[in-house]
Amino acid sequence: MTAISTPNGFQLDDSGRRIVVDPITRIEGHMRCEVNLDENHVIRNAVSTGTMWRGLEAILEGRDPRDAWAFTQRICGVCTGTHALTSVRAVEDALDIPIPENANSIRNIMQLTLQAQDHLVHFYHLHALDWVDVVSALDADPKATSTLAQSISPWPKSSPGYFRDVQARVKRFVESGQLGPFMNGYWGSPAYKLPPEANLMAVAHYLDALDFQKEIVKIHTIYGGKNPHPNWLVGGMPCAINVDGVGAVGAVNMERLNLVSSIIDRTIEFIDQVYIPDLLAIASFYKDWTYGGGLSATSVLSYGDIPDHANDDSAANQLLPRGAIINGDLAKIHDVDLRDPEEIQEHVDHAWYRYDDESKGLHPWDGVTEPDYRLGPNAKGTPTRIEAVDENAKYSWIKAPRWRGHAMEVGPLARYVIGYAQGNPEFKEPVDKVLSDLGLPLQALFSTLGRTAARGLECSWAAHKLRYFQDKLTANIKAGDTTTANTDKWDPRRWPKRAKGVGTTEAPRGALGHWVVIEKGKIANYQAIVPTTWNGSPRDPAGNIGAFEASLLNTPMAKPDEPLEILRTLHSFDPCLACSTHVISPDGQELTRVKVR
Amino acid sequence: MSPCRSPGRTDAAADLRDPLPKPAESPAAPPRALVLGIGNLLWADEGFGVRCIEVMAARYRFADKLSLLDGGTQGIYLVDQVRSAEVLVVFDAVDYGLPPGTLKRVVGDAVPRFLGAKKMSLHQTGFQEVLALADLLGGAPRHLLLVGVQPVALDDFGGSLRPAVKAQIEPAIDIALDYLAGFNIHPLIADRALATGARSHSALDLASYEAGRPSAESACRVGDARLLSRRAPRRHLSTAPSPTDLHPSNPQPTREPRP
Repeated sequence: MTAISTPNGFQLDDSGRRIVVDPITRIEGHMRCEVNLDENHVIRNAVSTGTMWRGLEAILEGRDPRDAWAFTQRICGVCTGTHALTSVRAVEDALDIPIPENANSIRNIMQLTLQAQDHLVHFYHLHALDWVDVVSALDADPKATSTLAQSISPWPKSSPGYFRDVQARVKRFVESGQLGPFMNGYWGSPAYKLPPEANLMAVAHYLDALDFQKEIVKIHTIYGGKNPHPNWLVGGMPCAINVDGVGAVGAVNMERLNLVSSIIDRTIEFIDQVYIPDLLAIASFYKDWTYGGGLSATSVLSYGDIPDHANDDSAANQLLPRGAIINGDLAKIHDVDLRDPEEIQEHVDHAWYRYDDESKGLHPWDGVTEPDYRLGPNAKGTPTRIEAVDENAKYSWIKAPRWRGHAMEVGPLARYVIGYAQGNPEFKEPVDKVLSDLGLPLQALFSTLGRTAARGLECSWAAHKLRYFQDKLTANIKAGDTTTANTDKWDPRRWPKRAKGVGTTEAPRGALGHWVVIEKGKIANYQAIVPTTWNGSPRDPAGNIGAFEASLLNTPMAKPDEPLEILRTLHSFDPCLACSTHVISPDGQELTRVKVR
Repeated sequence: MSPCRSPGRTDAAADLRDPLPKPAESPAAPPRALVLGIGNLLWADEGFGVRCIEVMAARYRFADKLSLLDGGTQGIYLVDQVRSAEVLVVFDAVDYGLPPGTLKRVVGDAVPRFLGAKKMSLHQTGFQEVLALADLLGGAPRHLLLVGVQPVALDDFGGSLRPAVKAQIEPAIDIALDYLAGFNIHPLIADRALATGARSHSALDLASYEAGRPSAESACRVGDARLLSRRAPRRHLSTAPSPTDLHPSNPQPTREPRP
């Protein structure tokens, strides 16, 4: 191959020099990415590879389905609760177990708490430094920084003295040689556009956000019993409610309800007065960086989440929208049915798994996870030391999920595009306001910055919805309903001999589904499609490329040995990965290695 | 699985005593302490830290100023817990470059360097970074103890601790208790108790976890060959540690080998 067109509308050209992004970590979903650059350092081909066998499905076989959440919670350090919630929903679906209204409210509060905390941490601690130059912040004038901060937000911590203190603290830290979180930046790169004062403001809020996020997760401790790794329960939530405050130790009483309420107030305040103003201020300096849209303008998917009422799976009951958009037709939102064997299918002809017939995909209930690791004929290196994969053959441990044959983007931007297309004012109005504040057209939404902005808007949305469900829960409790769990079918003797179910959530980084088959009280098959499977998927038999690969195309790199542009776009998906970048010449010889955060 | 050359071995040369404090000099009121287990219990010996906490939580109760925490792979989210402690004890599987199964005690400023390359969360925050952020925010622990074991096997998804590593749980806890005693911190009850924040769901308790494992025939357990070849411990199987390797002020680089 040199130049080809993919069925989903992208032009690929692999004739130029190749850059490799390879993993350095050993625990989470590893990822590697290779791109080809043309003579102007513009990305013309992108290849996304999941490099780690993820055997979750295999370790659950034969176990008690009521325990599956506890295992799935351990897959990943961040999505702990969202995997647990998805798992209990799948088992309840299989066994037809309705949950009490209070359990629905509490689960939504747990999930919205995760959304708010995770988006906040992602923005400041994982993504902001792709746009913010820490070293430049040391040159800022604290007084001018204070003026800037006060011009964009009423947030009270904004005096010159405050910024002077922060600057001194960071300076001391950097000069002590323990760069820690700031170790791997490309400080001073011409790709950074913020003036020193904006950099200092953002660095100050980096620290404030880290300090504040601990408040948000106290909600998990109150309703989940402990944090990290809160408790979940098939049939409801394991927390007892006792408004009189007598009786069971650890029960949720009025004092705890009031504590949650005050945390929610402070969360809303922090997000709306710090995160959102910072987001807009930073974006205003990068309006001409329009890359990274990928599939977001054409193919997006959301399963929907945050059910308003318990036990109603209709799309109308989901406060985060459900639907699929394909071919860029925003006028048509397709229904999504996770049970239909023709809709969601996983392909493995480009993945290191074996199917009997790899020209076809399999629905997760029929899913097979049988490894088949081998490199294609054009790969460079050896099976234990790959220099370049052959994307025309198998090249990833990630299967390729497709919705009716389409590669889809999932995540906050997908949810906001669907909500916007539905004309839902909760999503459309904030998007229109951001675009008009920045003086940008709707097209600007479909970009790396649009993805980053959608995450910020969703963080605020989640915080306000926390208020809604906390009030709803409190009102229901005051009306006398303190039920949090349905244990009618706890006993496996009341289960059918064979049952299958699906559970979904909208995790912070996108659509998450667990499909379970239960036989004689034990798990017979368990398949999970995680958000990064959708976004990071390899190619499929038709040649469609996934969201990561699509989003990197046509992005110019200022310096190939400083892959800041690749990081910006990959980080904007909030992927489960970390990478180490090698820059190699077309003959496969390594030129430079850059450690990537 | 790799053979373990020195099962049950404790690395005595590295067992340098923390100069601070001696029991007689300890203040009457013990400082706030956190005993933290980190790692992923689904990855064989990666579960060492979490299993140490599980045993301690089942056996001891402490005063309120000591917390036992199963930190899993929470990374950056542990910053606040770490900041709130004056004394921090960490149990973990650590690549010291020593024979598999070796237990090693590291104290004070040397601790972050041993944890430097360990990426433990989705956000890939190394524990070194957690300590650095705690320092930057103000409130990094003044006293640090790392009780680490050199793993035998990590690439066994759904697997449990290898015997040589499991055998180090008790010695590891003894080292921690001895260290805490130096701060006048002693267990109140030493048989059974609950420790908030430390107990896993019962299905994840060591015995249930091991008993419920599907067979190797029905469930693939390993990753691909590249990952297997990347593991640091295998490089050191035939290399006896030199005295300088063992000194906490000259830690082995803990970076994973390059592919």
